[in-house]
Formats: sequence, structure tokens, C-alpha cells
Amino acid sequence: MKMSGNKNTNSKRIKGRTISRGCAEGEVLLIETPISFLGGVNSATGEITDKESKHDGVSVAGKILVFPSGKGSTVGSYVMYQLKKNKKAPAAIINTECETIVAVGAIISEIPLLDKTKEDPFDILENGDRVIVNATEGWFEIKK
Amino acid sequence: MYLTKEEEKIYNGEEGETLQKAIEILVALGDIYGAEKFIPIKSAQISGVSYKTIGDAGLEWISDLKGTVKVPSILNPAGMDTENRKSLPIDDHFAEKQIEILNVFKNLGIRTQCTCTPYLLKDFDVKYKDNLAWGESSAISFANSVLGARTNREGGPSAISAALIGKTPNYGLHLEENRIPTILVETDFEMNLSDFAALGVVAGKEVGNEIPLFRMKDEKQNQICPKRDELKALGAAMAATGSVALYHIENITPEVLDKDFSFEIPKNKITIEKEQIDEIYEIVNLPSGKADNVDRRAFENVDLVTVGCPHCSEEELRRISELLDGKSVKKSFWIFTSRDVANRNPQIVESIEKSGAKVVCDTCMVVSPAANLYSKIMVNSGKAYAYVPGMCSAKSVFADLENCVKEALRE
Repeated sequence: MKMSGNKNTNSKRIKGRTISRGCAEGEVLLIETPISFLGGVNSATGEITDKESKHDGVSVAGKILVFPSGKGSTVGSYVMYQLKKNKKAPAAIINTECETIVAVGAIISEIPLLDKTKEDPFDILENGDRVIVNATEGWFEIKK
Repeated sequence: MYLTKEEEKIYNGEEGETLQKAIEILVALGDIYGAEKFIPIKSAQISGVSYKTIGDAGLEWISDLKGTVKVPSILNPAGMDTENRKSLPIDDHFAEKQIEILNVFKNLGIRTQCTCTPYLLKDFDVKYKDNLAWGESSAISFANSVLGARTNREGGPSAISAALIGKTPNYGLHLEENRIPTILVETDFEMNLSDFAALGVVAGKEVGNEIPLFRMKDEKQNQICPKRDELKALGAAMAATGSVALYHIENITPEVLDKDFSFEIPKNKITIEKEQIDEIYEIVNLPSGKADNVDRRAFENVDLVTVGCPHCSEEELRRISELLDGKSVKKSFWIFTSRDVANRNPQIVESIEKSGAKVVCDTCMVVSPAANLYSKIMVNSGKAYAYVPGMCSAKSVFADLENCVKEALRE
């Protein structure tokens, strides 16, 4: 749910912890549950492959991908690298709390990644919002 | 995380892109898990070696690395026997890619010995309280639990990074307070080698990511003293069905015998019954896994028998050669071991191969694509039992070593 306040004020920077450095801009895609890149995302198309999920078939390519944390096999890190090579990687990632597989995957794939942001991204972001992530300096902002 | 001046230079890219990326990975992990600083490591074991597991993506990433590892480093099993490529059916494309991967590792100064049992090598010493960065789950379990060394569960990139930097962030199982047992697991029955593997399958599922302290007694409450191969089998299975990287056994494993290691018996307690162990065998409708009391209909359509997950020790190879002595196998029977152990025991290897069975080095049934050509694979390993269905698209059948050999000899 979006807090009305954020939309009306001038764009403000929300601080977070840098996991993987870099900057990107893109549209927000919110995934509410932990993601396993191995088996959960098709590395050729960038599409989410989870029949249980309402996001099944949605592409993560070029998105500011927001999800709570990673899960599953450590080979998931290489799947993220494969996504990047196939130009289907997310533009940036915001995690609630990052874990090893996604952290390593983001760093080797040079995908900017922030976590532990001062405000919960699920509270202030909506699907389709345009967001700038500056993970080198450790912040993101909603572009108006 | 605190960085020394030297580490900061690396982080800022003054020592090149590879080391910058490597330290960036380690700092991120350190930050996630609250490490305060780096600590030096004695050795690294790098997983993600088989082309079957890492594919072109992994190969591309490692190919871009430049430099030399700073500590003795060794590899997890590859997808084929690196010296005897034709020993199992491997296609040329796979073999070429696999060789490329091994050459990349070699150029980084990594020993291209591929084994999940580096602790069995004659010249790869691990001492009590050594800090390591190891990647294969059964080796991690053995190093932590049986040798009392300290390693987290490293993924491929983090183990390579630690090897290149020669350090790892100080968190998790490197810290004594995180090594204290959190759950007591009681058993009161005698066990053979495959029973330990079956116990691992059950215990891993029950304890998840806890640190178990086993209290192992027989029916008369005498202490059970597992052999090294039994500990290897137990740990491998627990790491596969749970995420157990460290276990203790009362009166047996080094840490709980160390007066300086202070811990209390966990209040949280479970008991594992003999029946639960038998059920692992009974999944294949066996009344019991014991050699002379078996309903062989359960083994119908087994088309491949494999042992050596983790890689066979000298003692296991000797036992297999005794069981096969003077006989010939009727089914494909593959025995996996490290090249080091095979090279030190040429007569045992020769005697096993006289039966028609194959002793294969550097690889295993899980990471070799050759196993994917079969539909029902018989194993005596809790770990292989757990991974074969997903990794080889084949059914797995669990039995003890004696029954595996019997099945291989059966028409």
C-alpha cells in the first residue's frame, strides 16, 4: 500500500544498505514472496516460472525488482549472471533483507542491489512506479 | 565491516577488477551476516565445477577472472574422469566444455584435483580450528564436525573469491558461539555403514538447519563409536536433506571433547527410532535393508548401480573388491573415488575392474551427465538418494553396499 505522503512531496531519497554497487532506473515490479532464481526464473526469457504465483509469466527484464529475499540453490547466482548475459536481468533489485545467493548473483552480474531500506519498499512502492536506484551511494527515489 | 588499508585498496580497484569483484562479494556477505573483519583461511574447496551444474553462464564468469589463488585450493567433482574421458559415456561437446572449465581453474593456480573428499588426500592437511572456505556440502560437514575445522557453506563464487583474496569474512561457523549444539538427537540401536546414511536422511529432515548433538548408544546403552566412513555418510546425507553444516557426537567429535568449548546439552530433544531408519529402505518396499532378508522385486528395472558418494575411501574400495572377488557384474556398476585414493591403491582398483565394474575418478553419479542415460539408479548414499531424482531425472533406490554389489551381479 502506498502512503499518500510520498507521492505529494518532492521526490525524496530513501536510504538503504549497499549490497551491489551501481545505478539504474526503471519500472517497479513487486514480488511479495522469496524468489529462487534456479527454477523460478527462465534465464533465456527473464520470465517468472512459478505456476503458484500470480506473477507467472511476467518478465523481470529491465525492472526494478522488489522482493523480500532469495531462496533455493546457490546455482541461482549463476542464473542471474545468465540473465544478464541474455539481456534479461532486472535493472536493479531492492530486497527487504538480502541473502547470499542473490547478493553474490547481483555482484557478479553487476546488478545494483539495495536492502534494509529505511522505509519498507512494499509500503511505498506500487507496480509500475518509476524508480531510480543508486546503490553506489545507497539510496533510491521515486521519480515523479 | 572493518577493512584494513590493504583491503580497502583492493575494494577500490587498485589491484585490478578480479580482486575488486572478489572482495566486493566477500564484503557483501560479511555485511549481511554481521562480520566485523576478515580472517585468513588455510585452504579453499571450490564447488560448481561440472559443466552439468554451472553451464555456459558459470564458465563465462570464471573465464573472466584473472590472477592466482593465495591459498591451497582444490575442486569439487567435475562431470567426467579427467584422465580417462571414455570411461563413461560423455559426448564430445560436454567433454570440451569440461576441459575448458578445468583449464580456467588451472590458470588461476587451483589444483585440478576434483573430489568431494579433500580431507582424504595425503597432502591437503586440515587441522583443528583451521579456518577454511569450502564449497561441497559433505566436505563442509566433515571438516566442521569430524575435523573441528571451521567453514561456512560457500557457493562457487564466494569460495573462489576467498581463495583469490586468501581471506573470508569472520561470521557464522567461524565464530565459536555459532558452533554450539542446538538440538539433542538420541538413538539407541546399532548401525552399519548404510544405516548411518539412512540416519542422516532422517535427521537432516528433522533438524533442518539446527546444529545437532547426537547421543548414540546401542540397545544396551553402550557408546557407539562410528568409523570415519560412517561419519562421512552421516554428514553427507544430513547436508542433503537438511542444511546441516556442523554436527557433534557426544564423546566422539573433537569439539565436544575440547575442555575449552563450553556448551550445555540442548533442552530441545528428539529421538530417532530404528523403524524410521528402516523406512528409508522400505521406501523401496524392502522389509529390511539387510543383505539376506530382501525382497528383490523392489529392485526391478534397476539399470545402474553406483557407490562413492562421497568419494570412496581406501577401506571402502577394499571392501568392494572383496565383495566382487572372482565374480562378474551383469549390470553397469560405477564406483566413484578421488584420483589420489585410486592412484595409491592400484591393485584394489585392478581387482574391482576385473569384475567388469568401473572405478571412475574426479566425478560422481550426481554431477556426471552419464547418469542421466539411466532410469533407475541404485545407491548406498543418503546424499545421492536425495539428489539423483532432480539432477539425473532418474529414480533412486537406497540399499546397503552388500545389496548394491549383489544387484550389480544379478542377471
